[in-house]
Amino acid sequence: MIKPQQQIRFDHQIILEWVRAHAKVLDLGCGDGTLLGLLIRKKDCHGTGIEINEHAVYQCIEAGLTVSHVDIDTGLIDYSNKRFDYVILNESLQEVLHPRQVILEALRVGRKVIVGIPNFCHIRARLQIFFQGRVPVTPELPYQWYDTPNLRFLSLQDFRHFCSNNDIRILKEVGVAGNKIVQLQPNLFAHTGLYLLEK
Amino acid sequence: MHIVETQSYTFAEPPHELKLKSGEKLGPITLAYETYGALNCDKSNAILLFHSLTGDAHAAFYHKGADKPGWWDSMIGPGKGFDTDKYFVICSNVIGGCKGSTGPASINPKTGLPFGLSFPFVTIEDMVAAQKHLIDHLEIKRLLCVSGGSMGGLQALTWATQYPDYVQSVIAIATNTRHTAQQIALHEVARQAIMSDPDWQDGDYYGKSIPARGLALARMIGHITYMSDKSMDEKFGRKLIAKERLGYDFSHDFEVENYLKYRSGNFVQRFDANSYLYISKALDYFDMSAEKKLTDIFSRAKAHFLVISFTSDWLYPSYQSKEMVRALKANDLDVSDIEINSSYGHDAFLVEVEGQQKLITHFLSRIQKGAAHVSRGR
Repeated sequence: MIKPQQQIRFDHQIILEWVRAHAKVLDLGCGDGTLLGLLIRKKDCHGTGIEINEHAVYQCIEAGLTVSHVDIDTGLIDYSNKRFDYVILNESLQEVLHPRQVILEALRVGRKVIVGIPNFCHIRARLQIFFQGRVPVTPELPYQWYDTPNLRFLSLQDFRHFCSNNDIRILKEVGVAGNKIVQLQPNLFAHTGLYLLEK
Repeated sequence: MHIVETQSYTFAEPPHELKLKSGEKLGPITLAYETYGALNCDKSNAILLFHSLTGDAHAAFYHKGADKPGWWDSMIGPGKGFDTDKYFVICSNVIGGCKGSTGPASINPKTGLPFGLSFPFVTIEDMVAAQKHLIDHLEIKRLLCVSGGSMGGLQALTWATQYPDYVQSVIAIATNTRHTAQQIALHEVARQAIMSDPDWQDGDYYGKSIPARGLALARMIGHITYMSDKSMDEKFGRKLIAKERLGYDFSHDFEVENYLKYRSGNFVQRFDANSYLYISKALDYFDMSAEKKLTDIFSRAKAHFLVISFTSDWLYPSYQSKEMVRALKANDLDVSDIEINSSYGHDAFLVEVEGQQKLITHFLSRIQKGAAHVSRGR
């Protein structure tokens, strides 16, 4: 079922640019399969998704996608080395139990890995911590401490450090705020960071 | 109301008997089957379905004069999951059965008497080999899908590995790749129940009184394994049968007792005790990884897979489906899998209609369009 033409989300537009045509992709935490469907339709990719939410798995299958109902932390072990051209972890890394292991596993099964992370050190968050003395709740990070699905809190700077400490090459990096790329001080002004990685 | 008749096909006439896994030969063989919908002109829309241990070929529609439809009528028909407006759906019975196919209750042509225990042991692989004759007879070279739940799933998986070129897709529901100790143990209790009935007479009871008590007991055990703690509690709880208080005797007090008696009483009227022995043994012998690793076994398969399991199914638990999915993924096969949240236990595969309807409809329509999004990686 093809949905009516909708505005493609800005982060999805960037990922669509990065992924080469006809590639094999694995989308970790693929949700309702919006991005995976776009990659298949727009870039003629072959793809499969991993998703833990049962309702979202139904949505994927109804959209004609291949999806595995498993969590990201344990779902990668099944795949052989370099089976995929790209493994995508968009907006899901902060919810996994063992992010380091997941990224390394993603780099094992994929030639390249695309990671999208929320920036917990955006200036608005920093100001809330500084002036209110409270853990930040912003439009981009809308959860209270007691009901957040996020297990990991990191900034773009943190992620860069992680990559360099683990010998992961950052091929591309983009900070995003709304529908714009943040050129100046992304660690301060970007809401999300997108990375293209290789090991 | 759609009316259907069970058909049958006879083959393997001597000297061309079917060679069974045990080394014995069986022939002639009659296989009962039903079909729903129409085969298209290039014969590309055929779907083969399989039933579970005590099922039969009557999967959908109504037999003439019957007030109940086939056992999977909720999923087969116009606009349903296996949409008979689009697909030609075949449901095949199994050898060893008692619902129109050659089994222990059939007449042995060599003696003119029912086979009884002289019937050779059959395996899931043998059942599938017999079905292959049927598909050849129908002149179908490629099945759009093979599917079944429970024992039906074992047959579907066997088709995918035994005849990979014939199978475009598999929908395997509440099933696994080898019978485990718990499953074997439960079957053994059922078999012992039958064989300890004095009327069983070493299987030579045809034309005499049938081992009804033993078979009923076997069925009761079966029913318990098809439900879950929660589904039984919701359905029966501790409700008493038309009683105000406990009877303090060994007559039935609880509704659940009555249910088991009622269901097993129906069952002995329609199923042959020896078939129960033979088919349950075929299930217990099933082990796809007996000789090779499961990943090596699935390396033969070419199909696209949809694997469905249920959270409360303790007879064929989800972890067993997940092992299967692992082996499929390791072979770079296109596999979707889902663990449906349900409290109905193993019965969920027949009861959880709405969710499965969606999954099956959309999976099949993708397969039919040929728009499979993952091609084999080699």
